[in-house]
Amino acid sequence: MARKLMKGTEAIAEAAIRAGCRLFFGYPITPQNEIPEYLSHRLPQVGGTYVQAESEVAASNMLYGASGAGVRVLTSSSSPGISLMQEAVSYMAGAELPVVIVNIMRAGPGLGGILPSQADYLQATKGGGHGDYRVPVLGPWSVQEAANLTMEAFDIADRYRTPVMVLGDGLIGQMMEPVELPDERPPAPDLPPKTWASTGWKGDRPRAVINSLYLDADTLEAHNRHLQQKYRQIRERERRFQMRFEEGDYDLLVVAYGTVARVALSAIEELREQGRRVALFRPISLYPYPYRELAAAAEKARAVLVLELSAGQMLEDVRLALGRSRPVHFHGRTGGHLISPEEAANRMVEVLEGRSQEVADV
Amino acid sequence: MQYEMVIAGFGGQGALLIGKMLAYAGMKEGKEVSWFPSYGPEMRGGTANCTVVISDRPVGSPVVQRPRALLALNLPSLDRFEDAVRPGGVILYNTSLVNRECRRTDVVVVPVAANDLANALGNPKGANMVALGAFVGATEVVPMTQVEALVRETFARKPALVDVNLQCLQAGFGEARRCVEGRDRPAAPGM
Repeated sequence: MARKLMKGTEAIAEAAIRAGCRLFFGYPITPQNEIPEYLSHRLPQVGGTYVQAESEVAASNMLYGASGAGVRVLTSSSSPGISLMQEAVSYMAGAELPVVIVNIMRAGPGLGGILPSQADYLQATKGGGHGDYRVPVLGPWSVQEAANLTMEAFDIADRYRTPVMVLGDGLIGQMMEPVELPDERPPAPDLPPKTWASTGWKGDRPRAVINSLYLDADTLEAHNRHLQQKYRQIRERERRFQMRFEEGDYDLLVVAYGTVARVALSAIEELREQGRRVALFRPISLYPYPYRELAAAAEKARAVLVLELSAGQMLEDVRLALGRSRPVHFHGRTGGHLISPEEAANRMVEVLEGRSQEVADV
Repeated sequence: MQYEMVIAGFGGQGALLIGKMLAYAGMKEGKEVSWFPSYGPEMRGGTANCTVVISDRPVGSPVVQRPRALLALNLPSLDRFEDAVRPGGVILYNTSLVNRECRRTDVVVVPVAANDLANALGNPKGANMVALGAFVGATEVVPMTQVEALVRETFARKPALVDVNLQCLQAGFGEARRCVEGRDRPAAPGM
């Protein structure tokens, strides 16, 4: 495997192909256009099909149909486009269809701007569409990890029959880094066969009906119980996180995901050289959120600082994990502004020196 | 060791390409690298820029407020990033399109007339290669041999362009080396 310099968007697109994805439906929007652009020429080379739909609504419903036929399928978009897809995501969650959705977040709300943001966290992790459902969400912090998690997302989708989202920001989409990709990344060997898929009825099994409509309350409640059982399994088995500087003591625990965690890491490394005791907790799976692991990591710290490119969305999960056990501080940027390492370091020092106010309850 | 640099110019001058070639050369050297372009709304005639980090370790933040080196291909780029460069760093600017001196006295300042040099070599489109060569000469962030190999690779399908671009690259490199070495001692005869 040779290292190749790739943009995050291109690496995600190529990773999907290596994972056996042969269908893409989408509609262009900045800052993720290189994904459809790349797949428009790359998919035909491997016998796949690229369709630019007439809208995100159409693309997401094409996803529903393709997944119902049992094939690996991808779409990608950015914040406003992802909002348009949420109806179909709810339907796919209801009909238990495995698909992979990439959201390269831009600043909102509304059309907002095209610069990086993490302000779709709540939409991604707490639902997005209507009804009681959850979508596993993975937040990469490097181009290599974006590629790896995209490949893994297809397995998670197939294992649990659910939409899975790869949630990156504009920075991860637009930056280039060296990437190593396997020639082929076959599906995990223990994935269940897709006996439910609608692939043509030959009389040898019950008809495969792909549906999310259950008009009878008892039937629908039973279906919901089944879905919740599945989400419990996902919460048990699919938590992913990483810590840095967890060995030894630390006074401050910084929590950040995606590219912001890298900015935080740079700041922490600089502060540690000055003798400050700071550690990093980076959730990789945003749903399921690593609550228990975060709570355990915070035990050593006197305070916790959350950094995000939003007004404070993952912050809610951090507070859910920690309750009132530790003072939680927050620093966020919006509008497409990034947090610089200097800015992050300054906030860390403020918290360490007692010059920061903890997040209030209202 | 980690080295962060900002490459800036107006759209079409090759700032993003220069950055990519530096990142690519760094990767070929076995280093960890990142390249991040400005992709926001930019005013026509304003700056297009990218940040490149080349490091012995995994790159932390790909966004840098205080780079160690700046390559300013035009005046707006020098105006915008001049103050950001860390003391002791390098500012290389294109005197063909910058009609003022660099104000910083705490950095290594390397003025190179990239467009004029390229024109003199009969390759006006090669100004970006002059600038790239000069930047490598001024910073030594990647070995020149690696960049030369990259130019050969990049233009492999257009062999006629290999030599003229290598000429521009080497002219820029030589100019920057003379400037940097001239600070401590007179340039060696024949240089």
